[in-house]
Amino acid sequence: MQRSSISTHIILILGALFMTLPIWVAFATSTHAPDTILREGLQIMPGGHFLENYNEVLFVEGGVMKKVTALAMLKNSMILGIGFAVGKVVISMLAAYAIVYFRFRLAVPLFWVIFMTLLLPLEVRIIPSFEVVSDLGLLDTHTGLIVPLIASATGTFFFRQFFRSVPDELLEAARLDGATSWGFFKDILVPLSKTMIAAILIIMFVVGWNQYLWPLIMTTKEENYTLVIGIKQIYQVLSEGGELPQFQKAFALTILATLPPVLVVLVFQRWFVKGLVESEK
Amino acid sequence: MKRVQFEHSPIPYLFVAPQIIIILVFFIWPAAQAVYQSFLLEDAWGLSSQFVWFKNYVDTIGSSSWLQAAGFTIIFSTLVTFLSLSIALLLAVKANEVIHGASTYKTLLMWAYAIAPPVAGLMGNLMFSPLIGDLYKFMNFIGFDFDHKLDPFDAGFVVVLISVWKQVSVNFIFFLSGLQGIPKSVNEAAVMDCRSPTRRFWTITFPLLAPTTFFLMVINITYAFFETFGIIDTTTRGAPGGATNTLVFKVFQDGFRGADIGGSSAQSVVLMLMVLALTVIQFRFIERKIHY
Repeated sequence: MQRSSISTHIILILGALFMTLPIWVAFATSTHAPDTILREGLQIMPGGHFLENYNEVLFVEGGVMKKVTALAMLKNSMILGIGFAVGKVVISMLAAYAIVYFRFRLAVPLFWVIFMTLLLPLEVRIIPSFEVVSDLGLLDTHTGLIVPLIASATGTFFFRQFFRSVPDELLEAARLDGATSWGFFKDILVPLSKTMIAAILIIMFVVGWNQYLWPLIMTTKEENYTLVIGIKQIYQVLSEGGELPQFQKAFALTILATLPPVLVVLVFQRWFVKGLVESEK
Repeated sequence: MKRVQFEHSPIPYLFVAPQIIIILVFFIWPAAQAVYQSFLLEDAWGLSSQFVWFKNYVDTIGSSSWLQAAGFTIIFSTLVTFLSLSIALLLAVKANEVIHGASTYKTLLMWAYAIAPPVAGLMGNLMFSPLIGDLYKFMNFIGFDFDHKLDPFDAGFVVVLISVWKQVSVNFIFFLSGLQGIPKSVNEAAVMDCRSPTRRFWTITFPLLAPTTFFLMVINITYAFFETFGIIDTTTRGAPGGATNTLVFKVFQDGFRGADIGGSSAQSVVLMLMVLALTVIQFRFIERKIHY
């Protein structure tokens, strides 16, 4: 028994190292001077340039991109993450409410329309989607960035499942008290769904923050870059070569792009796991 | 459907309207466009186009570069799915056994979920950089003639490694929650009957995890097909010579870089059919699960 538990710990420690070490090395390397990195390669111990490097990346114009600072990209990422999460929860709760609680003629066909979005991931409709957004004049806008992303079916399925598990007696009682459909939704269903809403918000914040392909094709101006898009730009600069490659900045940018979603996942771990496991069912 | 519902009224249409409108404008319309454009041949300036039936399909899908991408995508997704599922299953089983430090292990193993694929891609790319990358030096040190910029096999290795790394945590979370869903009494009964833990795992635990595993397979194949775009785009970009092009990456390349709208649309439609097949498999399976 004792021996097997030691091997168990060894496997888990190796797994944890495999998952964690790359991020640690990225962080440690981001705190060194560029010539140290070029001379000695990746770093395992933090260096003395933490404040200097992060200050330059976050606040100095031209520090990391041509013009825009990482702080501005962080703001854009926040808008995308929060806008995506909130928009998705609102839209899918409303739709799920209609589908579960109302009898109406088009309920079934509309449900299938929503279902179809599962078959149309963005990747298979990239170019026409870009054309639609550009025809609507939504390139480089928050609306164009967020709205096309929030309509997929996952959130709606999730709330549909949850609403179905709410006891019917609640609606009967509410109706005896004279509640309208909006009143029932707002005063009873939404408060009941609080935990579910929190779980979905957390997952969707991470998903929204990490969006890549869509922001990539529909932002053309640097001031609209998110951190994840900044990653691509810095990759471009590094692979083009030229002057002294600024590896410390590239690593600092990966750390900044990683930190907020990781913090959200760590702080709200229990809700996050619940939301992930439930929403994918 | 609920037994008790609100009566007929226009109200439900107001509730579903936002979602349906967005779907029509940003999902159905572009997808229909993709299908339509896949039958058109545009001239080089996009000024005129003519209807060519299945010519785009025959031209692009019969081309050697598409077949190469399809071949790579199949090998790539098989490897990524198999490796990330195996590693995650091993870790989940061990994390479920352990008593001391269980929550620390769980946290350390699951947090990489939050990292975006392109971020993982850039990180991995820098670690394999010939200038500063220790992994690059290490691979050469242990005797491989490693050069992922020139060697297709090495490039594939880098992309697979990063994609597996990024996917382990999701699989780990699902396997662990699956394992925790197995009743204690089942495990206790199994211990009575069979002393070998390895055999117990393969005869009792693993079959009970089959629904989770199957579901995760679909998720992982979808991931390997679509979401790894961000990893490829920040590492090899299909190099060397298209050896690490996935089908999705090729749609993007041909459409945006190559401006071959018809060919790119035809590839999109083929991908849609693949997603359709995956979804059908997934739902048939879920239906079966409900019958248990």
